Amino acid sequence: MTEVRIEGLTVRYGGVVPLDGVDLTIDGGAWGLIGPNGAGKTTFFNVLSGFARPAEGRITVDGEDLLSMRPHARARWGLRRTFQTEQAIRELTVADNVRLGYEHGRRGGAGEAVAAALDFVGLADQPHRLVGSLDMRGRRLVELARAVVGSPRLVLLDEPAAGLPDQESEELGALIRAVPERLGATVLLVDHDMALVSACCEKLAVLDFGRLVATGPTAEVLQDPLVLAAYLGTTEEVA
Amino acid sequence: MTTMLRQADPAAQTVPGPGGTVPEAPSRLPRIAGAVAALAVLAVPLYSSPYWVQTFTATAIYAAVALGVSLLLGRVGMVSLCQFALLAVGAWIALRIGYGLDLPFLLVVLLAGLLTGLVGVLVGLPALRLSGLYLALITLMAAAGVTVVLAATQFPNGGDGVLGFSNTAAGTSQLARPSFATSDGAFYVLTLLIVGALFGLVVWQLRGKAGRAWAAIRQSEATAVAAGVSVVRYKLWAFALAAFITGAAGALLAASGGGVTTYQFPTENNILLLAACLMGGVYGLWGSVVAAVFVKVVPALLQVWGIPSDVLLIAFGVGVIQTVLVSPQGAAAQLGHDLSRLARRLSRGGAR
Repeated sequence: MTEVRIEGLTVRYGGVVPLDGVDLTIDGGAWGLIGPNGAGKTTFFNVLSGFARPAEGRITVDGEDLLSMRPHARARWGLRRTFQTEQAIRELTVADNVRLGYEHGRRGGAGEAVAAALDFVGLADQPHRLVGSLDMRGRRLVELARAVVGSPRLVLLDEPAAGLPDQESEELGALIRAVPERLGATVLLVDHDMALVSACCEKLAVLDFGRLVATGPTAEVLQDPLVLAAYLGTTEEVA
Repeated sequence: MTTMLRQADPAAQTVPGPGGTVPEAPSRLPRIAGAVAALAVLAVPLYSSPYWVQTFTATAIYAAVALGVSLLLGRVGMVSLCQFALLAVGAWIALRIGYGLDLPFLLVVLLAGLLTGLVGVLVGLPALRLSGLYLALITLMAAAGVTVVLAATQFPNGGDGVLGFSNTAAGTSQLARPSFATSDGAFYVLTLLIVGALFGLVVWQLRGKAGRAWAAIRQSEATAVAAGVSVVRYKLWAFALAAFITGAAGALLAASGGGVTTYQFPTENNILLLAACLMGGVYGLWGSVVAAVFVKVVPALLQVWGIPSDVLLIAFGVGVIQTVLVSPQGAAAQLGHDLSRLARRLSRGGAR
């Protein structure tokens, strides 16, 4: 599985420092990235996917220098992401949305790859349906399928369950858990829904004011007094 | 897990019939109306005066120009206010090639399209950094620059050779038509075929990889990039394709009745063209045809009826307001909806 090594990552916007010297090694599997609002989670995703430039630091993915790649080249290389605000393309069909995530930088094999991705998320029976006619969970699934089509290496999911009721969120969580197992990709999940994060992720990294305050197995991190104080605002253990 | 969406909103895939759950068969009325209209358009030279044949030839040409505007605005989300100027560039290139080289007409049209496409890429470069109002202003300035160059070079000037210049050249120039389409009627049919091919080219692109990339860019550039789309490449390709279509249209315009003159391409016409495209509808292909009707047929009717053409400016202003408030998809889409609704009512009446 893909290993992401982040060293001394710092982002500055004038006097604001959303990420401050973050050192983190993501060694495959499903990871959760948690922290209070403004902790730097989305900035972290934006740096990984090339939408923000770090002032300092280095990111290597399986030994390759990620920061030297242009943003769209990162996606072609296998770094995929979804967004906080759902971004399935309404005017395209389900299959065309997914095909979009496959066809750039590749030749051939789109049909099978799209079918496999749709089967993975449970949309195999409606490839020709317009995405604009789907409900929120359908559109979230299309986004996920677009992110995992082909052979993704690192999948960044930014609040993928936002707007979904609990039951659908749980179903989506099961899919997210299956991404490393079935597709071999490393997953990095940002979500405020701790039940989803706990259910999906074997390991957690916790950001607070742009600094990494804890990292490790999910159960251990969620009992860390520093995390409880900084993120959850309590010293009681998370259920 | 795979059942997650199968249960979702099954009604969205079928249209419930008027009496309950039986799906309604799609009406044939719009298709029949379309076929009748297509035949009527093709047969224009058989029943119309030369004035109307020339007017409909110009309408077909401007449908291609409007297609370029609609492609950029409706499909990619970029406002270009220089397509009218690119029409002049296409006409100029075609005429210069016509003066200097003895090439077949269709090759001249193709070359005019390709070279105008290159100009379109240059015009599109600011789009890599700008969008919205700023891009509109930059492209409008480019259009103004073209107008200045046209006047300074006494476009299209009939001097010898590709770059020749003559102080005694006539103010109007016309590109020689092919031997098989010298009459206005035959040239009208040829124009329809070429414009039809240009529409086909755009449809082919929209249904393929480029169309999906443009849809992603229009929704959000970040989404497109996250899917691996090179936003730079596909924005420039959209500008190039729109300019190619417009350049080819320029070559047709140069060969149409009356040819072209220096002062035929004022900068403000770029704005009028955009207004017409908005009224016709920029999200569908038929919107471009309706826009061309607004630009060429309506003024011709005003002329026939003896109404001052300035009325058109007011009508376009009101039309844009009406479109924005009532029918953002444009007149073509509205007409389609109205025809479908009429067909449903007629079929209900027939069933009773």
